Amino acid sequence: MAVNDLYRDYLLSWFGTEGEDSDVVLSSRVRLARNFESIPFPNRANQKQLAQVQSLMSSVFSDIETVCGQPFDVVGMEGITEVERNILAEKQLITTRMAKTPEYRSAYISEDRTVSILVNEEDHLRIQCMAPGLNVAGTFAAASKIDDAVEEKLNIAFDEKMGYLTSCPTNLGTGLRASVILHLPGLVYTRNMHNITNIAQQLGISVRGLYGEGSETVGNMFAVSNQLTLGFSEKSLIENLTSAVAEIVAHERRARKAFVAYSKTRLEDAVWRAYGILKYARSLGESEVLELISKVRMGVDMELLHGAPSELFSEILIASRPSYIRNLVGNDNLSDGELDRKRAEMVRRILAGG
Amino acid sequence: MLCDDCHKNEACIHITQISPEGKIDKNLCEKCASRYGNFMQEPQSEDYTVNDFLKGIFSKPSKEEAADVPHGLVCSNCGMTYQDFMHSGKIGCSSCYSTFRKQLIPLLKRIHGAVLHNGKIPKRTGGTLVVKQEISVLKDKLQMAVKSEEYEKAAEYRDRIRALEQKLAAEGEGAAVDGSK
Repeated sequence: MAVNDLYRDYLLSWFGTEGEDSDVVLSSRVRLARNFESIPFPNRANQKQLAQVQSLMSSVFSDIETVCGQPFDVVGMEGITEVERNILAEKQLITTRMAKTPEYRSAYISEDRTVSILVNEEDHLRIQCMAPGLNVAGTFAAASKIDDAVEEKLNIAFDEKMGYLTSCPTNLGTGLRASVILHLPGLVYTRNMHNITNIAQQLGISVRGLYGEGSETVGNMFAVSNQLTLGFSEKSLIENLTSAVAEIVAHERRARKAFVAYSKTRLEDAVWRAYGILKYARSLGESEVLELISKVRMGVDMELLHGAPSELFSEILIASRPSYIRNLVGNDNLSDGELDRKRAEMVRRILAGG
Repeated sequence: MLCDDCHKNEACIHITQISPEGKIDKNLCEKCASRYGNFMQEPQSEDYTVNDFLKGIFSKPSKEEAADVPHGLVCSNCGMTYQDFMHSGKIGCSSCYSTFRKQLIPLLKRIHGAVLHNGKIPKRTGGTLVVKQEISVLKDKLQMAVKSEEYEKAAEYRDRIRALEQKLAAEGEGAAVDGSK
């Protein structure tokens, strides 16, 4: 398989439109933090020890391929360019920390792109599994299977009382971070997001904007995840998150309904205008695209806009990110103006059907 | 320095514009800068991390905790000292957790509200832990059954607990024999 596809593809199987509750839930993800016994954690390990972790992982590589039933790409972070690393981060297959400090770090990425195992990130191992729609339990089962395959041959740091030992005490115990990406235009436009964030916090669940910073989120996409990792079983952590997400989804649907009931014409106009701009604009900014595709996606999900398949949303999302465009053009030093022009070109091409 | 455009807000962004008329340098506030093109500022999450907060908790222990910190406590595996914790807020290796167990427990209580792991156990090295966890789950169920006066169920749980405890005891003896060799 060509590793090149990893940087040029703008399709992500786990960011599609199949899956449960996909009108609001874009994708689900589970991350397990694991470390090997007695080797210092990556932030304290020396180069020899980091290399040791990498070679331990290579020794179980074929077991991982077998248990997942598909081939993996091994991507050494030092062996690829900064732009390529940034593309992987834009696709959320690696973290920005890995993209910035590539030394002795690598990622095992499955052929279907739903599994990404990070080696020597904050912990020796970060096993991540993704799926479209609401399916946290399914992604945990997949991650747990990989965990078992690694533990079968290698000693994982574990304590009877404290559970899985992690580099940061905030991940101790289960080492589990389950998160779900939600598209919540209804709650944002009806100014209800701060209520949701506050209530979620009381339930041990964090809500943060996916793009933009602080209260200035762009594109109405939010990541919802569990905050605590110790003292609860994986099952109850996942159930807690899933039931909170179900509640948020119900509120979002209600907000969208109310929106249509009160100002259908205005909403329709906004959705079609957004579609028109995406289809014909000659220059598009980064946050502008995020705002526009959010409106189009909402229009498709609410059946106000016809003739635009909703998977376009995720394609445009990937294809409009700056590193992706830079790599495609083959120029790291595109000016902002050129970048915006290329972005508009990409979006037009996707909307014209390839 | 004030913004070159509005002369009101503090300038925090420097832009260089190159056009046919030449090069223009400007110092702008965030609001005025946003008019010069569509750019999103990258969130600077790397600037402060959770470790900074943990550092704060480590370096300000309550009085009784402070009295407990023995000087010269060092992790034999990675050489981490308690002072290192206070400076970095980071843990060195898996052995640190047993070296500094006593000092870490109050911290874990503050972060998670709990100190006991209640989840998955490694299959191969977890050994008797899996059985122990199963027993504790069954004991909870037993109590529930007794409370709701479902004695048939309770008896069933009791028998299963006994069987597991016997299995555990047998394994324990086996290990003791091995140890004495």
